[in-house]
Amino acid sequence: MSPLKQKEKGMTNIVKIVAKFVSPPIVLFGIYMVLHGHLTPGGGFPGGVIVASAFILLILAFGREMASQKLKLSTASTLESIGALIFLSLALIGIAAGGWFFFNFLPKGEPLRILSAGFIPLANIGIGLKVSGGIFAVFVTLIMFRITTGKGGR
Amino acid sequence: MWEIYALAILMIVGSIVAVQTRYLLSAVISLAVVGLALCVAFLYLQAPDCAITQIVVEVIALVILIRATGIEKDLSEIKGRREIFALVSVIIFIVVFAAFAFRALSLLPEFGSPVMKVAKEYIEKGLEQTGSANLVTSVLLDFRAYDTLGEATVLFTSILGAIVVLREIGRKHR
Repeated sequence: MSPLKQKEKGMTNIVKIVAKFVSPPIVLFGIYMVLHGHLTPGGGFPGGVIVASAFILLILAFGREMASQKLKLSTASTLESIGALIFLSLALIGIAAGGWFFFNFLPKGEPLRILSAGFIPLANIGIGLKVSGGIFAVFVTLIMFRITTGKGGR
Repeated sequence: MWEIYALAILMIVGSIVAVQTRYLLSAVISLAVVGLALCVAFLYLQAPDCAITQIVVEVIALVILIRATGIEKDLSEIKGRREIFALVSVIIFIVVFAAFAFRALSLLPEFGSPVMKVAKEYIEKGLEQTGSANLVTSVLLDFRAYDTLGEATVLFTSILGAIVVLREIGRKHR
């Protein structure tokens, strides 16, 4: 069997089972990092990339067909657009609330609580959605290009 | 302090190996070594936000690059007189750059001594003005949120461009 055919069907059973157990905690860790971006190191960008990396791990282990059932390319690009719109609309709501562009219109709250720092957690969620969808969509696009052209696959 | 210099030397050696090696896969691996050393340098300089972003993006980029390269040899090799010309011009450039950089760097303040007044303002008033305990996030998403919007737009546009260029519809099938 050629290596290309093996890649389409995914890797061995060991890799598949380990990926199955490891990928949900990776997603959870990414979500934690997005939600606690205003308290601990991290934030929307690294958290989003971590969430995307869990799906990339699934693609690498199970092959493109299995993983694209979990998260389709169109869903990923929709998530990216929604995240960008959340971030932009937060900036515009600041103007509507009587301030300026990116005016922090929500109450500051008590420091070191998860519901603090005004709109910063919401902006982190928007950036996290945007980055995770974007990185995943780029990875899926690159893989599909490689397989459909037939060149470069050895 | 010497740890930073050791990491910098490791990064320089990794970059030279990445440029000079004949195998694309080893070039990618040595590029990953450069990124990993940069991550450790960020941790040593007490910048965990940068370190987390660096390691995560590095791993994803490494996966994409390994998928993108085969294990074939890099065939675009320069030999003969052109190689000597390239070597001489690179050495001349490095000497000129080092001479000017030495003069410029001697004017900089000492390593680790803060001189930026704006950054001092952020550190002192960041918590009370934004309520965010993580100062990096308060700078990224409140004081400098406009820059973050620009960065997000750049990422959005580049991903849009990649998807449009590599899309399946409209490509000629042979």
